[in-house]
Amino acid sequence: MNEPFRNHRGIAAPLYRINVDTDAIIPSREMKRVSREGLGEGLFANWRYTDPATRQPNPDFVLNQEPWQQATILLAGANFGCGSSREHAVWALKDFGFRAIIAPSFGSIFQGNCICNGIVPVILDDDTVATLARSEQENPGRPITVDLENLFVIDSEGNQHPFNLGEDARKMLLEGLDPIALTLTQDDLIGEFLNQDRQKRPWVYLENCSTSSAE
Amino acid sequence: MSLAASGLTLFEKIWAEHLVNQRSDRAGLIAIDRVFLHERTGGLALLGLEQARRKVRDPARVFCTIDHIVDTFPGRGDQTRMPGGCEFITSTRDAAKRAGLRLFDIGDPDQGIVHVVSPEQGIALPGLTLVCPDSHTGTVGGLGALGWGIGSSEAEHALATGTLVVDKPKTLRVSFEGSLAPGVTAKDMILALIGAHTASGGVGYVLEFAGRAVRELDIEARLTLCNMAVEFGAFSGLIAPDDKTFDYLHGRPFAPEGVAWDRAVAHWRGLVSDSNATFDREISIDASRISPRITWGTSPQHVAGIDERVPDPAAESDPRRRQAMEQALKYMDLSPGDSLSGLPIDGAFIGSCTNARLSDLRAAAKLLRGRRVAQGVRAICVPGSSRVKAAAEAEGLHQVFIEAGFQWRESGCSMCFFAGGESFGAGERVVTSTNRNFENRQGPGTRSHLASPATVAASAVAGCITDPRRLDPGTQP
Ligand code: SF4
Repeated sequence: MNEPFRNHRGIAAPLYRINVDTDAIIPSREMKRVSREGLGEGLFANWRYTDPATRQPNPDFVLNQEPWQQATILLAGANFGCGSSREHAVWALKDFGFRAIIAPSFGSIFQGNCICNGIVPVILDDDTVATLARSEQENPGRPITVDLENLFVIDSEGNQHPFNLGEDARKMLLEGLDPIALTLTQDDLIGEFLNQDRQKRPWVYLENCSTSSAE
Repeated sequence: MSLAASGLTLFEKIWAEHLVNQRSDRAGLIAIDRVFLHERTGGLALLGLEQARRKVRDPARVFCTIDHIVDTFPGRGDQTRMPGGCEFITSTRDAAKRAGLRLFDIGDPDQGIVHVVSPEQGIALPGLTLVCPDSHTGTVGGLGALGWGIGSSEAEHALATGTLVVDKPKTLRVSFEGSLAPGVTAKDMILALIGAHTASGGVGYVLEFAGRAVRELDIEARLTLCNMAVEFGAFSGLIAPDDKTFDYLHGRPFAPEGVAWDRAVAHWRGLVSDSNATFDREISIDASRISPRITWGTSPQHVAGIDERVPDPAAESDPRRRQAMEQALKYMDLSPGDSLSGLPIDGAFIGSCTNARLSDLRAAAKLLRGRRVAQGVRAICVPGSSRVKAAAEAEGLHQVFIEAGFQWRESGCSMCFFAGGESFGAGERVVTSTNRNFENRQGPGTRSHLASPATVAASAVAGCITDPRRLDPGTQP
């Protein structure tokens, strides 16, 4: 269950690089346990620490600088979250405190993972994101707002930038719904579909063979 | 019906066949025919399900393999070089057993990398939907199956409900016209596409690979082509099934048999885009002009022909791309104008779900036979599945690799990605048959150059990046 997201006002950190992949967001070796918790420390580990092993902070990295240590919104470049499907990338961002990410485009699996975890993926055109990032660099720390009810971003000057989000995703985020519970309300439909499909495509349905040959 | 009514694309047919319910304008509730899990994230999804007191809806259609972090050294067990790796393996195994899933465990003759196992076992079939918490699941598009990568939460959703909510992607047909020149492979085709249209060129689209050069590819090469659709940013990639597909699948363990097989094939023959179908976008590429490709940077879009030079960021007009290029050159320790061919290497890697099937190993072995890996080059071959390994050994390929100086390993993802265990090392330059050349992907500071298995083999022998056609008299450009 996620915290419902209606609108959120916060500090936006500019990390305006293109093609930031999920290995960069959370390096594989930071996924140390079979768990979704405590991943914030490994967020951007290769950039955030001069040596990820000793956790020595790299002063040049945006999330180590004031006021962006308190950021809850990320201003990112195109194709943010491309690469590996690891949901740990989203869990790490969430654990750090991010509630929304604004970018010109997202890796598609990453975008879905955001929605499952109550983080709003906001798509604005490249120039708008560039402008937001620039004004954040020039006047750090002036909060911006992501308004999910009305579907726009309000910048620090008060300008509104509309964005789109699928109706289903928006509803899920607004209400903090558990997607599985939502789908299970349609269980009858699924059952009906399966009965018909089994007639049409019988080869899809396999007999249970819990015979692992390793046993 | 009006004469102008347009037909359906292959993707639209598969979508329609799986649509349980239209959720909103774009999103559909889609039936999922197969779920494949692995120890890196599968255990987490199964445990999440248990914690929520939910059950796997149809365990007979859910599979699990141990591939991502398991060691690939001979005699391996549950202990891995990755810190904490053992827990991933044992918790996934235990959860898979509790759920009653078919598990391809360590020591199982059918164990292997998920995207190699699913076609090989006939788990993926034309027209099926298949998901896995792994981004290269689209590989099965080579059989005409619609596969895509998901996160752990979505995996739980698919396991519990047998469905997923999916935003319908737009359609993009990529036509490779003409035939490939000798010595040029599916890997070079996909790298050429990404190089020409960038790593985000396919975002929002499902691809259909079409055209003569695609039809001429054998099934394993088609799997390679679709494997990297995700590196183009695409939702997935598809190739219409044909007689080659049916021949490949016939007799595979999870493929239908007898009457069911005939019925299935009759159905699969309809899984082609109608001649009057329209795509949201079309790209056409002259396949005959593609030469072997090699990446020079840290995104698959940073790629060039093997006889080309490292490009100059100063010539790039887009400031963000320029900056990314500069950063890439710094990481790769290269300068504009450097010749790619002849660049000394420290490592050579043949493995991964992209290029570690039997045909890939044969292509590499062909160049390695009677030759030796250059001094100072660490060369490793990791077959894509235990079956591939056994088949290669049955025809003596392992001898060729070993005699040439390659390590010959057990199957798994191995050094395709760095999980904290084994790596080539910082600053080492590696030519690799894998799919991602991101910073630190193969280990902290490791510099990865993506290429076909033939290019990896040729480079290993020469000790520097080398056009494979120079070693193969039949393919001289
Ligand atoms: S071989 Fe590499 S890309 Fe393929 S599934 Fe394994 S880690 Fe992922």
